[in-house]
Amino acid sequence: MSNPAQLPLLSVQDLRVAYPAREGGMTEVVRGVSFTLGRERLGIVGESGSGKSQTGRAIVGLTAPGGVVSAAQLRFGDVDLLRCAPEQRQALRGGRIAMVLQDPKYSLNPVMAIGAQIAETLQAHQPCRAAQARRQVLEALAAVGIEDPARVMKLYPHEVSGGMGQRAMIAMMLIASPELLIADEPTSALDVTVQLQVLGILDRLVAERGMGLIFISHDLRLVSSFCDRVLVMYAGRVVEEIAATELHRAQHPYTQGLLNCLPQLGASRHPLPTLDRKPEWAL
Amino acid sequence: MSSDRAAPQAQRLGLRVQDLTVTFDGFKAVDAVSFNVEPGESFGIVGESGSGKSTVLRAICGLAPRTAAQVALTGAGAPAQPASAAWRRQVQMVFQDPYGSLHPRQTVDRILAEPLAIHGISDAEARIEQALDEVGLGSGFRFRYPHQLSGGQRQRIAVARALILQPQVLLLDEPTSALDASVQAEVLNLLEALRAQRGLTFVMVSHDLAVVTHLCQRLLVMQRGKAVETVAAADLAAHRVQADYTRSLMQASLGFQRASA
Repeated sequence: MSNPAQLPLLSVQDLRVAYPAREGGMTEVVRGVSFTLGRERLGIVGESGSGKSQTGRAIVGLTAPGGVVSAAQLRFGDVDLLRCAPEQRQALRGGRIAMVLQDPKYSLNPVMAIGAQIAETLQAHQPCRAAQARRQVLEALAAVGIEDPARVMKLYPHEVSGGMGQRAMIAMMLIASPELLIADEPTSALDVTVQLQVLGILDRLVAERGMGLIFISHDLRLVSSFCDRVLVMYAGRVVEEIAATELHRAQHPYTQGLLNCLPQLGASRHPLPTLDRKPEWAL
Repeated sequence: MSSDRAAPQAQRLGLRVQDLTVTFDGFKAVDAVSFNVEPGESFGIVGESGSGKSTVLRAICGLAPRTAAQVALTGAGAPAQPASAAWRRQVQMVFQDPYGSLHPRQTVDRILAEPLAIHGISDAEARIEQALDEVGLGSGFRFRYPHQLSGGQRQRIAVARALILQPQVLLLDEPTSALDASVQAEVLNLLEALRAQRGLTFVMVSHDLAVVTHLCQRLLVMQRGKAVETVAAADLAAHRVQADYTRSLMQASLGFQRASA
């Protein structure tokens, strides 16, 4: 297992993201999230609308237009992400910080061959000759477990399966050797067996390259089997932070509820316990 | 577990699928699949994408080509002709994605009134109220649009739309895979309660073994259009399975395990 390095890779203090509300004023969707990340695997778990994806997007700088991001501190290594120039942010994005999105069907360019898309990312961050780029693309595709990279790089996104598309996406995100990878529900659109392959690839790459990983998901069980540490979010706040191995000792009723409401193989519980949401959780 | 608190023997219907083969442009999506669902039973179909599990459901309700000899309802007074009006009234389907399966520009009221209008049922008013109550939403939701509802509420509307004709057989195509874990539990509980109340026959498709074994007594495992094996949920829960493929699915549902290198 990786141990958190002394110098934090990412430091987030009191991160807030707000969007204009229809009635005027602003609605905060992330309300004061703080954490530091070393070279480790951090999971962020919550339901839809808990602000987990918005937290990830704010770090990469992909908050939708209209959204306002503020924080006491948002530092990546020695760069202040909130105050640096847009060009510097652009250079970081896809370079030192990369993001894998949920559904390869929507997040890959449909009119560009997979190899060309990966090469474009590489050229944007590490300009090189076409032959060199091609070699690196082949290597990247092979690294994510694609057996015939020369064939796959010529294919378009609609010609590959979901699992293959997600591997291509991961290859694209990893080609510029990022230090921090943010994976937003990277396996939710995939079949269970393919999910495990993709997780295996992510796990191996994170371990080999010593990257930091933020793994965003609604599946608490999956996250706890994969990450070192888990942040549980509810209504824009972190309600509990817990080591993945200590999950069964979770204190917060929301975390316990999330764990309990999943049907389990071999455990017959009828009806399933449901979450009884308390208004004070959102305070 | 449902047999002890099942509904009266009104006209409970089962389902027989015999050598069902569905071909699209020469590609065999479903290859000679057979199974039998007893009246009031809950039956699951499990497999990966492309295994043909959804196509089996679509063939049963008439959205994919098949012949009468392949799919039949069983039980007293069962309509013989698949996809006839009488058949469709007994066999209803709930689709996977509640964001895609409800008309975005129709109110809940209109969505629920449509099947009633198609089948010429007159007491729409009372039925809509009742259907909304049954799925735990209440009449306050009647004149809302789908975009004003959460995912769980939308799926409840989809269940209400399927049940408003009072069918005996409900086909469920991944009814909870687009929902959060906590909302999934609510929808699963709702489906289970409705089945116990009305003695419904379920055929449920899912890639999540835990969800299927929770709701179903028996399940069929499919791979590349073919049936791999039929197992009882209890056997699966106890890890008593025959086929390697079922075993790998079972492993996968246990979560990620780091290879000890």
